[in-house]
Amino acid sequence: MLEAIQIECQRGDQRLFHGIDLCLKGGELLFLQGKNGAGKTSLLRILCGLAMPVSGEIRWQGENIHRLRERFRGELCYLGHQNAIKDDLTPLENLMISTRLHDEAIDEDAALVALEQVGLAGRVELACRYLSQGQKRRVALSRLALEKRPLWILDEPFVALDAQANQWLSNVIGAHSERGGLTVLTSHQAIAIPAAEIRPLVLG
Amino acid sequence: MQMINWYKFAAPAAFYPLAGRMIPWFWCLAALSGIAGLWLGLCVAPIDFQQGEGYRIIFVHVGASWMAMFIYLVMAFWAAIGLAFNTRLSGMMIRALAPTGACFAFLSLWTGAFWGKPMWGAWWVWDARLTSTLILFFLYIAFISLTHAIDDTRRADKAGAVLVLASVINIPIIYFSVNWWNSLHQGASVSLTKSPSMAAIMLWGMLLCAFAMWMYSIAIALIRVRGIILERERNAEWVRALLAKEASGKEDKAQC
Amino acid sequence: MFSFIARIIARDLSLALRRPADLAAPLCFFLIVASLFAFGVGPEPELLRRLAPGILWVGALLSTLLSLPRMFADDFADGTLEQIALAPYPLGLAALGKAIAHWMISGLPLALISPILALQFDLPMDALVILFFSILIGTPALSGIGSIGAGLTLGLRGAAVLISLVVLPLYIPALILGAGAVDAVAHGLSPRPHLFLLAAFSTGSIVFAPWAAAAALKISLE
Repeated sequence: MLEAIQIECQRGDQRLFHGIDLCLKGGELLFLQGKNGAGKTSLLRILCGLAMPVSGEIRWQGENIHRLRERFRGELCYLGHQNAIKDDLTPLENLMISTRLHDEAIDEDAALVALEQVGLAGRVELACRYLSQGQKRRVALSRLALEKRPLWILDEPFVALDAQANQWLSNVIGAHSERGGLTVLTSHQAIAIPAAEIRPLVLG
Repeated sequence: MQMINWYKFAAPAAFYPLAGRMIPWFWCLAALSGIAGLWLGLCVAPIDFQQGEGYRIIFVHVGASWMAMFIYLVMAFWAAIGLAFNTRLSGMMIRALAPTGACFAFLSLWTGAFWGKPMWGAWWVWDARLTSTLILFFLYIAFISLTHAIDDTRRADKAGAVLVLASVINIPIIYFSVNWWNSLHQGASVSLTKSPSMAAIMLWGMLLCAFAMWMYSIAIALIRVRGIILERERNAEWVRALLAKEASGKEDKAQC
Repeated sequence: MFSFIARIIARDLSLALRRPADLAAPLCFFLIVASLFAFGVGPEPELLRRLAPGILWVGALLSTLLSLPRMFADDFADGTLEQIALAPYPLGLAALGKAIAHWMISGLPLALISPILALQFDLPMDALVILFFSILIGTPALSGIGSIGAGLTLGLRGAAVLISLVVLPLYIPALILGAGAVDAVAHGLSPRPHLFLLAAFSTGSIVFAPWAAAAALKISLE
C-alpha cells in the first residue's frame, strides 16, 4: 500500500501543489494528469524518494519511505522522463546492465525474449545511438516485461510509442495490476488498460 | 526548570527581530574593545627590539588569522546542524559568515605581506602559516563560488554545507602536510607570533583586537543574515506585514 | 554489497572502453603539460631533474581534473544516475564504485606512463620507481576527493572550473606527500614516511569521500 499524506511541493518561489493525499492499494493504478508544469514529474519523484517534499510524507506499507530506504527501493521500479539507456551500448547490454543494477540478474535468453516482445528483435546487437526515439523508449520499457516488483512508477511511458507498442505496454501494465501490483503513471493521452482499477488524479 | 525554546529561534521569523535587537550591542562591544586594543597596541606597547615598529601589525594580523580559521569552524558547525536537522536558518548563517571569513583570510595575507617585506625582504614567503592561510582563503573562495553558481537556494545551502564539512575534515591534514613540507624544505623560519619578548601588554592588545574582530564578525553576519532572511521569505506573511509597517512608519515621519 | 560495487565498476569500465579517445585525451594532456615545463624553464638537465617530481605531480593533478566532470555528468544527463540512486543499495556504494572505476581509467594509466616522462626529465632509476609508486598510491585520493567535487557541481554552468576551485585545495596533501617522496629519494633520504602517509591519505579519501559524494549527488538530483 502506497500512501501520500499532505504533500506540498515548491519549485523556486512557486508552490506547485499542496495538500495531496492519496492511498493506493494492490491492483490499483493511479493515473496522474495535469497541464505542463503542473508538477506531475515532481510528484512522481517525491513518490520515489528522489526529491523531498516541502512538507508531508510518503509511506510504503505503513512506514516512511525515507526510513525504509533500500527496503523500499527494492520494491520499486521507476522509469523516468529520460530513457536511462546508454547510446554506446546495445539494447541487450542496456537491458542486462539496468536489471543487474537492481539486483534482478536475468540471463541473456530472458533478455532477448523481452526485447523481442517490444519489437526490437533484429536490433539487439546495434548500438542504441542508431535507434530512433521510439525504439530507445522501447529499450527502456523492455525492463517491464521481466519486472516482478510490486510498485511501478512510470513517467509518460506512452510517449513516442506507436500503436502496437502502446498496446503491448497497456497489456503489460494490465498484467501487473492483475498480479496485484501498484502502478502510478502520467500521460497526456487517454489510457486503456485492461483489468486495472484506474483512479484518476488531476493536478493544478 | 524552564527551557529555552531553541527551535523557536531557529525559525527565521523569530530570529529576525532577535537579531535586530542584538546587532547594536555587538557593534558597541566591537568599537570599545577595538579602540582599547589599538590604543594598547599602537600607543602603549613598547617597540620590539628586534623588529622595530613594524611588528605592530600583529595587532591586526593575528586577530585576522584567528578569525579566518574560527569562522570556518563556525560554518562547519552550522553545516553539521543544517544537514542533521534540516533547519533553514543554518544555511543562511553559513552564507552570511563566508564573506566575512574570506575578508579576514585576505586581511591576514595582506598584513602578513606588509610584515614580511621589512622582515624577510620579500612580500611573500612560503612560510607554513601564510601558506595555510592562503589555502584557507582558497577554501572560502571555493565555497562562495559554488554557492553562487547554484540558483536554487535550497540546493545551494545543502551543497555548501557538504563542501564545508568535507573541507573541514581535510583542514588538519592540509595544515599538517604544509607544516611538514615547510620544515623539510626551509628549516626554521622567523615566526610572526613567536616573538621572544612577548610582553603582557602586547598580549592584551592582541587579545582585545581579536575580541573586537570577533564582535564585528557577529554583528556583520547578523546584518547579512537579516538581509538573506528578508530576501528568501519575501513571500511569507510576516515579511509582508513587516514591510507594510515600515512603509507606513516612513509615511508618518514624512507627514510630520 | 561488494557485487554491487563490482557491477558499477564493470559498467563504467565497459562504457569507458567504448570511447578509447576519451581515455587517451588526459594522458596526452599529461605528456604535453610536462613537456611545456621544459620549454618554460630551459633545457638544463640539473634544473629539470630538480623540478621533475613537482612538475609530474602537478601534471597528474591537472589531467585528473580533466576527466572529473564526466564522472557523473553523462549518467546524470541520460537519467541513469536516477536509476542508480534508486537501486536497492546505499548511494555511497555506487559513488565508491564510480570513484574506483575513475581511478582505473585515469589514475592507473597516469601512473603507468609517468616513468616515461621521468626519463624525459632524466630522473635516476630509484627516483623513477618511487615516482611510479607515489602516483599509483596517491591517485585514488584524487578520484575519491574528486567525486565530491563532481557530485556538488553536477549539472551546473561552468562545472569544470568550479570543480577545480572546489577540489584543488583539498588535493594539496596528496601533492606534497607524493612529490615529497620522490624528492626525498633524490636527496638520498627514505621515501617511506611520505609513502605511508600518502597511502593513509588515499585510503581515508577513498573510504570516506564517496559518502560525502553520495550526499552531494542526492542534493544535486533533487
